[in-house]
Amino acid sequence: MQNKPKKPTPSLKQNHGAHQDPAERRKNFKEVALGFGMEDALTEAARCLGCKNKPCELACPVNVKIPEFIDLLYKEDAGAAATKIFETSLFPAICGRVCPQETYCEAACVLKDKFGPVSIGRLERFTADYARDNGLIKPPDCAPDTGYKVACIGSGPTSLAVAAELRKLGHAVTVFEALHQFGGVLSYGIPPFRLPREVVRFEVETLRRMGVRFLKNVMAGKSITVQELKKDFDIIYIGSGAGLPSPMNTPGEDLVGVYSSNEFLTRVNLMEAFKFPVTDTPYYIGGKVVVVGGGNTAMDSARCAMRLGPDSVTLLYRRTRAEMPARAEEVENAMEEGIKFEFLTAPVELEGDEKGRLKRVKCIRMALGEPDASGRRKPVPQEGSEFYIEASSLVVAIGQSPNPVIQQTTAGLSVNKWGCIIADEATGKTSLDGVYAGGDVVRGGATVLLAMKDGKNAARAIHKALTGK
Amino acid sequence: MNHDIYATEGLYKIVGKTELSAVVSRHVIYAPLIAAKARPGHFVILRAREGGERIPVTLVDWDPEKGTVTIIIQAIGKSTSEMNAFKLGDSFSDVAGPLGTPVEIKNYGTVLGVGGGVGIAELFPIARAFKKAGNRVISVLGARTKDLVILEAEMGVISDKVMVTTDDGSAGKKGLVTDAMKELYAAGEKIDAIFTIGPIMMMKFVGETSRPHGTPTYASLNPIMLDGTGMCGGCRVEVGGKPRFACVDGPMFDAHQTNFDQLIKRTAAYREHEGQAMERYAKTHDCRIGLH
Repeated sequence: MQNKPKKPTPSLKQNHGAHQDPAERRKNFKEVALGFGMEDALTEAARCLGCKNKPCELACPVNVKIPEFIDLLYKEDAGAAATKIFETSLFPAICGRVCPQETYCEAACVLKDKFGPVSIGRLERFTADYARDNGLIKPPDCAPDTGYKVACIGSGPTSLAVAAELRKLGHAVTVFEALHQFGGVLSYGIPPFRLPREVVRFEVETLRRMGVRFLKNVMAGKSITVQELKKDFDIIYIGSGAGLPSPMNTPGEDLVGVYSSNEFLTRVNLMEAFKFPVTDTPYYIGGKVVVVGGGNTAMDSARCAMRLGPDSVTLLYRRTRAEMPARAEEVENAMEEGIKFEFLTAPVELEGDEKGRLKRVKCIRMALGEPDASGRRKPVPQEGSEFYIEASSLVVAIGQSPNPVIQQTTAGLSVNKWGCIIADEATGKTSLDGVYAGGDVVRGGATVLLAMKDGKNAARAIHKALTGK
Repeated sequence: MNHDIYATEGLYKIVGKTELSAVVSRHVIYAPLIAAKARPGHFVILRAREGGERIPVTLVDWDPEKGTVTIIIQAIGKSTSEMNAFKLGDSFSDVAGPLGTPVEIKNYGTVLGVGGGVGIAELFPIARAFKKAGNRVISVLGARTKDLVILEAEMGVISDKVMVTTDDGSAGKKGLVTDAMKELYAAGEKIDAIFTIGPIMMMKFVGETSRPHGTPTYASLNPIMLDGTGMCGGCRVEVGGKPRFACVDGPMFDAHQTNFDQLIKRTAAYREHEGQAMERYAKTHDCRIGLH
């Protein structure tokens, strides 16, 4: 690059990266954040001070060697930069997109208050994409076969992390996926406009080339039990995620047009219903879509719905914008795309027509009271404030918990009162010998990055249990 | 022969195919893990190809020795038509399972099986298991017309008594399966349990017919299903006033406790889409639906 700014030049304006125009992107499923070109990346990399005490790296759950990879990138060696990231993080193209950097590395950046933090997430994504697209990533070498066999249940981020680590150490790893595509929540949940599917496919393909065996269409706990798997594998790692939808328990929830966010997102993202009738799975949203919830899943649902071309998408949240658990960036994206937000509002009843189809939603206004167990102020219904909104479809996105099937069919596996498997945080060890667990099936609904971190920790513990090293 | 149940190659290939009628085909598919783990009442989810929808079908038979499973498909829409157009040697892109909760097989005394249309095939492994468990098995097979009465000979082998009814009287007695049930009750037949698989309306009335007699009756519910793993809740049905997931808790539920009217409404959700898909498919394929 000519006229590359000298590193460090922290006062350069922070580059957040370009986005597809809202008016355009609300009509397509292509990636919203366009990412950096080489010049953007080098200029942003030049902002990094390369702090000796590395606050960003310490704030990262998997301690990506941030100042070092940014420096290598600045020196225009994207391959070396990618290799540096791979030392601690296996899937930077995924993390660079879906990790909430604003609460981890970027929150810790010393430039944050004065100039805005270095856009670390964007740089991570650029490094990973560039290295991938230019063939700079080679599958890591694997140690000679140890003869030990490990089964990973689920093919989401936590299992992928376990599989990658243990395969590198020479163990034979088989990943069992219940659905027909690998990636877990990265496939069925997160929409392609936030995480393009070729990114996920590439990571799975890399693991396959390393010798990880991937078996689809097998639902552990139903198709085969953990005990049965134990006869054929030395270690079982359960990473089955948090795939059970929470119902609102509001009258009318069984009306046609009412979806759980899991069903809606699975139809649209996994089954690609947005291409119907080219693909075969249909969806029904009608003209007026209502989404209930305030987390990332609610944002994903609302933004997917908007892309299907209804007249309106309205999001109901019982608290205010300040209490929303969704990433600020996603809330902004959703607002830009024309999604209407009704804060301090909750549905109390869903009403249908004679055919059992949703017609309208009876809502009530809330006010914030005293803080509850979560530390957030509790919403209190305001008597007499009921009102109606017309709705042809409604997506319930108020939380997920672990699918209980494995827990129910595995005698001796301890679970807590929320149905999460109890596992040691540092090792993933469960109450059953040779059975480990991590990710959302333990945490109940956290982030991709924490799921990967659990996988890495468990892999270390599993390797030690198998080899004593 | 020992099959590697964890194999990833050669899966879902059609190794046997028989046309049972113009619209009903029997497929024998290579799926060794499913063949090894299947129990009566289990189902699988099929996908014809990439982009295809997930179609749940109850297993008809399985052979762990050969590593195969048998399913019977009636072409009623685009996806099922596409599947039945497969030839020997073709492969499904996906067969997931076994899924669901198998039927508890025990000795009730006399078990009545009531199958409607392609449901007769899905009843077969359940009736066979009850026979093997020492029950007297009576099978009532119902269909619109003679061509759609399938597996009559096979059901005959594993039943102590078989009764056939058709809407048009072209086979067996003209009438409904519930007429045959009433005949059995009127003749003083002591029935200890009823298992029924078929169209929702038929299963509803099987339940209504047995209710006054207090016979425990179980129906294999077939709501719209997506993942089949308890993830989406789309297949929720109301049984005993509570929401249950047909995919993991069922598909067999107490017919007397089932809210069939809600199930009927919910299964109509995509009727227009189904028509649209079928019309589009029929334009480009030699489609036999509607010709019978």
